[in-house]
Amino acid sequence: MHTYPTPSTPQETAGWAAEVGRRAASIRRASLRMVHAARLGHPGGDLSCADILATLYFHVLRVDPASPYDPSRDRFIMSKGHASAALFATLAEAGFFPLNDLDTYMQPLSLLNGHPDRNKVPGVEANTGPLGHGLPIAVGAALAAKMDGATWRTFVLTGDGELQEGSNWEAIMAASQFGLDNLTAVVDRNRLQQGDATEHTIALEPLADRWRAFGWGVVEVDGHDVSALAAAFDALPAVQGRPTCVIARTFKGRGISFIEDRVEWHHRVPTDAELAAALRELTGDGGEE
Amino acid sequence: MSTKADCRIAFAEALIALAEADRRVVAVASDSVGSSNLKEFKRRFPERLVNVGIAEQNLVGVSAGLASAGKIPFACAASCFLTARALEQVKVDLAYSRHNVKLCGMSSGLAYGELGPTHHSIEDLAWMRVIANMTVVVPADPVETAQAVRAAAAMDGPVFLRLSRLPVPDVHPAGYAFQVGRAALLRQGLDVTLVAAGVTVAPALEAAGLLDADGISAAVLNLSTIRPIDRESIVAAASRGPIVTVEEHTVYGGLGSAVAEAVVTSRPVRMRMLGVPGVFAPTGSAEFLLAHFGLTPEGIRGAARSLVRES
Ligand SMILES: Cc1ncc(C[n+]2csc(CCOP(=O)(O)OP(=O)(O)O)c2C)c(N)n1
Ligand SMILES: [Mg+2]
Repeated sequence: MHTYPTPSTPQETAGWAAEVGRRAASIRRASLRMVHAARLGHPGGDLSCADILATLYFHVLRVDPASPYDPSRDRFIMSKGHASAALFATLAEAGFFPLNDLDTYMQPLSLLNGHPDRNKVPGVEANTGPLGHGLPIAVGAALAAKMDGATWRTFVLTGDGELQEGSNWEAIMAASQFGLDNLTAVVDRNRLQQGDATEHTIALEPLADRWRAFGWGVVEVDGHDVSALAAAFDALPAVQGRPTCVIARTFKGRGISFIEDRVEWHHRVPTDAELAAALRELTGDGGEE
Repeated sequence: MSTKADCRIAFAEALIALAEADRRVVAVASDSVGSSNLKEFKRRFPERLVNVGIAEQNLVGVSAGLASAGKIPFACAASCFLTARALEQVKVDLAYSRHNVKLCGMSSGLAYGELGPTHHSIEDLAWMRVIANMTVVVPADPVETAQAVRAAAAMDGPVFLRLSRLPVPDVHPAGYAFQVGRAALLRQGLDVTLVAAGVTVAPALEAAGLLDADGISAAVLNLSTIRPIDRESIVAAASRGPIVTVEEHTVYGGLGSAVAEAVVTSRPVRMRMLGVPGVFAPTGSAEFLLAHFGLTPEGIRGAARSLVRES
């Protein structure tokens, strides 16, 4: 059995937010480099969840890269598997594998597929890519923890367009039926899906009311404000005895002026000049290389 | 060979022409308007483009309902999600119910290479062809794609069109007329028959050229309809000699298996089945993976040569 340090709280560790911010900037830089080098990927969705991933991995999750399969670890399931560059960059930042490995993203025989594979990459908990798989898996993991009387927690990050998949709502109902207060779903609410705005495709609003109606506690936060995110995660569950949904209000492509909030950047690849410009913008955002 | 083209272009043009001529034709998408090349269709017929969001089960169910009221829906999504996610809807709502829906599986096979096994659609032929009432068509080039789209619309009943985004050359002679259920003998040969479909037809033709240099005369059969299968053409191939099947699919349950079923119940001959050997593919581009699994002119040549020499 592994012992984890108690997660730090804003009051305890001065400067933690700046540190998480620096990590988020590194994740953004690495993701853009990876997509640029691979000539493939999903930069919009990578950048939109960078602050959420940084907050989880550098403030909230009880995971230890030296012991990635420890049974008592917290589980984080990346349901929006297309943002694999951001996930891999986060895991490498956290020390699950060397940062250099990020250079192999999507290269022949690399362990870093375009979508994460738990059998290839330490720290990856679920093989996602098809949308609407993570939440059901998270429900099962959280249920297992309950069965064992274990204290580890389960977190899952979904896209917002992803919530159009019916499988999510089956899992959302099950989680409240089973009283999974050890489960937290984070929705990357960037309002865009692959081809259009969510509300112009199949509208999700009133999203918070929908989760509440299905029996979950809901918190809505600015998904780029790491202090607000941390405050939500530090106060889990939002409602006693219920699973929690954190609706993180985000912008797709956050942090890069010419990528932010533009639907075409769902899977556009930056040119050399665009990459250089993006990296320049990021140097001002939270720290240097 | 001619320059290569993405068959989604021919697909979209054919669908727009059909929609112009027949008001019943509708396109149904699941946040897949761009990836199915339906943007122009949407511009031309906004009221006949239904986008159900990221929801493939709903995509197929809604299409069944549209068909029940007389529409001719073309349900378009990445083949991996369309077939795997909505398999029960395909079986029950389309095939069993006999609803007139055309499933268009885009970017099938290994086309999504680097994106990994979640996005590879190398089981779709197996899943689709074992379902009663289904017609399964894999066009090999733009001309055949356009004809297959028209043929699907013209027939009553569920059809699965397996389409690719990988650029392919024209493989058919001028004047080629696609017919559902008819294989096309693209090259005569005496010693061995290479049976292919979709993106493997062009490398099979090239392999036949290479085999000439080995003193082996290879026929090439484009088996563009996987179900109902053209038994007659397969029996004719078996009468000539051994058979090599070449598919951008697992070797279990797809084109090779369909050919073997016909061969062992008619004129058993030795076969070699090329495809993905029952594994999840490693990371790499489609081109890399096709080579990795020997689905190249050289790979096909080698397999055919050793099969002929053993026989
Ligand atoms: C089942 C399934 N259908 C379709 C896709 C193709 N696809 C990949 S990402 C995406 C859009 C996702 O939008 P959203 O969930 O909002 O993610 P984000 O905006 O965070 O990138 C789509 C349709 C998929 N991966 N899985
Ligand atoms: Mg989104």
